[in-house]
Amino acid sequence: MTTPLTPPPKKNPLKRSLTPTSPPGVRSRATLGLTAAAAEGRFMLQTCAECGTVQYPPRDACCKCLSVDLPWKDISPTGTLLAESTVRTSTNLYFRERAPWRLGSVQLDAGPTIICHVHGDVAPKSRVILSNRLDRSGQGVMMALPEQRTPDMEDDPELRAMSSDPKHRRVLITDARNPNAPTLAKALHDAGATMIFVGEAESWLPNPQRDALTAIPGVEIMALDVTDTTSVKELAGEIGGKLDILINNAQFVRPGGAMARGDVGFAQDEMEVNYFGLMRLAQAFGPGMCSRTADGVNSAVAWVNILSAYALVNSADYGCFSASNAAAYSLSQNLRNDFRASGLRVMNVFVGPTEDDWHQELPPPKVLPPAVARSVVQGLKDGLEDVYCGDVAKDMIERFRAGPKILEREMTKGQQG
Amino acid sequence: MSTLTDLTQRMASGEVEIVDLTHTLDPDFPVIILPPEFGQCARFRMEEVSAYDHRGPAWKWHNISMSEHTGTHFDAPVHWISGRDVPNGAVDEIPAEKLVGPVVVIDCSEGSAQDDDFELTPEIIEAWEAEHGRIPEDAWVLMRTDWSKRRGADYLNMREDGPHSPGPTPDAMRLLAEERNIRGFGTETVGTDAGQGAHYTPPYPAHFILHGAGKLGLQCLANLDQLPATGAILIAPPLKIRNGTGSPLRVLALVEK
Repeated sequence: MTTPLTPPPKKNPLKRSLTPTSPPGVRSRATLGLTAAAAEGRFMLQTCAECGTVQYPPRDACCKCLSVDLPWKDISPTGTLLAESTVRTSTNLYFRERAPWRLGSVQLDAGPTIICHVHGDVAPKSRVILSNRLDRSGQGVMMALPEQRTPDMEDDPELRAMSSDPKHRRVLITDARNPNAPTLAKALHDAGATMIFVGEAESWLPNPQRDALTAIPGVEIMALDVTDTTSVKELAGEIGGKLDILINNAQFVRPGGAMARGDVGFAQDEMEVNYFGLMRLAQAFGPGMCSRTADGVNSAVAWVNILSAYALVNSADYGCFSASNAAAYSLSQNLRNDFRASGLRVMNVFVGPTEDDWHQELPPPKVLPPAVARSVVQGLKDGLEDVYCGDVAKDMIERFRAGPKILEREMTKGQQG
Repeated sequence: MSTLTDLTQRMASGEVEIVDLTHTLDPDFPVIILPPEFGQCARFRMEEVSAYDHRGPAWKWHNISMSEHTGTHFDAPVHWISGRDVPNGAVDEIPAEKLVGPVVVIDCSEGSAQDDDFELTPEIIEAWEAEHGRIPEDAWVLMRTDWSKRRGADYLNMREDGPHSPGPTPDAMRLLAEERNIRGFGTETVGTDAGQGAHYTPPYPAHFILHGAGKLGLQCLANLDQLPATGAILIAPPLKIRNGTGSPLRVLALVEK
């Protein structure tokens, strides 16, 4: 049984913080398919279009018929643990620091045998579920989990090394005025986050959500305006050294495309919050978080951006807002590169139209705060990079994958935004 | 001795004091709030360009951005629809001699301390004149409320039905603009109008009547409690922005001790 994590003791100021190290990160292009699937929590393997063979490890040709037509397909993740071993020392720095480390081989019901990480609660020769996870180098790796949930299984050291679990961690939610802030803060508290800082801009204006927020244990309201570089730097100076998860929920949204608006006023606000806001936060909080990714139980793990699904394709009714989110999405990819060496994970949560004042004229389905909070917390627990929240976002990514140009043409019919 | 030499000597000796009536341009200083579907007044923002570093080894400087109506600021007649056809109504066109001149202060601080929606009325103006004499032509008139001493949420004093802060009634503005022919009107609040000024006829009388008559406005002033009722000189030159409707500025007063 997994030993549940206890709240970490206060840090010994005489001890040097560990420098982050990474597990091996080099992969063939074919193998990156595994990473892409792990990024959104899917268990996928190459499946030969000619002979139907499911193969692992990924290759450029089918191991049975040499076909090069090898689409990635969702596969049943069930199998049986064949053999196992525990590595007690390693020449690789990352595993050396984390030994002992359990490994094994799993015979997948779908065919192939897979060498994988093994959860501590998996009994010898038992039935397992293989989970395709991102490791700290941001690559997809396989981990065998017990077939049935076990108590505190998320606290297993190997599993926790791959997740971004909020338990015992300290979180910043950037916008106390976003309608999703109280629900998000509550969900993080329920998931075990110890401190939940919530940024509030312009304290000289009333915030009707203030009481709901401060009623949640662990919540502290902090002055933060993502459009003001000084304010972002000041808060980073205050809490940047103990922040484990940053959730950027700041958003400025107004309906309208470029031609409907006729000026750049709201578009500037959208860029200031949705794009430059993210950049300011990254420049102020990124370096501190990146330096603390090996800092024990409450180490820095994840950077979360709550983006609009319209980051993927422009929606005419919200043409300028979509553009600002596309910019933020592109910047998040840049941050993935810059945070990669540290292992700090950038998770984007793409959300469909939300149930609020600015989407009043849109028909349902619209996303409510509990759905956003569930997506964020589950995504963190599963260590994901890409989460699609709500029917519109899920539909959008499906159509995007089927053909970005077709989706673009569908979304740009010629109605005035 | 020439007048100016005399003045500079008196300034040096402290007989003439310079009072700063300006709030610091601060990113967190409140601005006027409109319903969210309208365009909003930009807050003051400052981005570092270099700070004696690789971006500029020997110098530090910032790029700043804001609205024409951010912080302690000046309103030109073209700011309001009623003043759009006033000749020389933009900040760059206002003659320089209008930017330095006499100022009188009507003290409404006591009433404003009792009532957030305190009104400056013709009766109050006439009572002031009974004590201090008729308001001189072409003078600045400032409404002292001590509102500049408020901080945070108390400054805008925003409630469900909008902001609550003192200001002039339409009749008071007509008296000042049309009968006294003042140069301009200034307040310590976020606008020249009362917080609830939208509910007068005409709405926002300070803006509508003042600018319609080609007069000037000043708001977010500070330190009005350091000015005498009469006899001071106000120095209030806005930035020379082409077709500008207003401008943040440093407002100073010369006060004889």
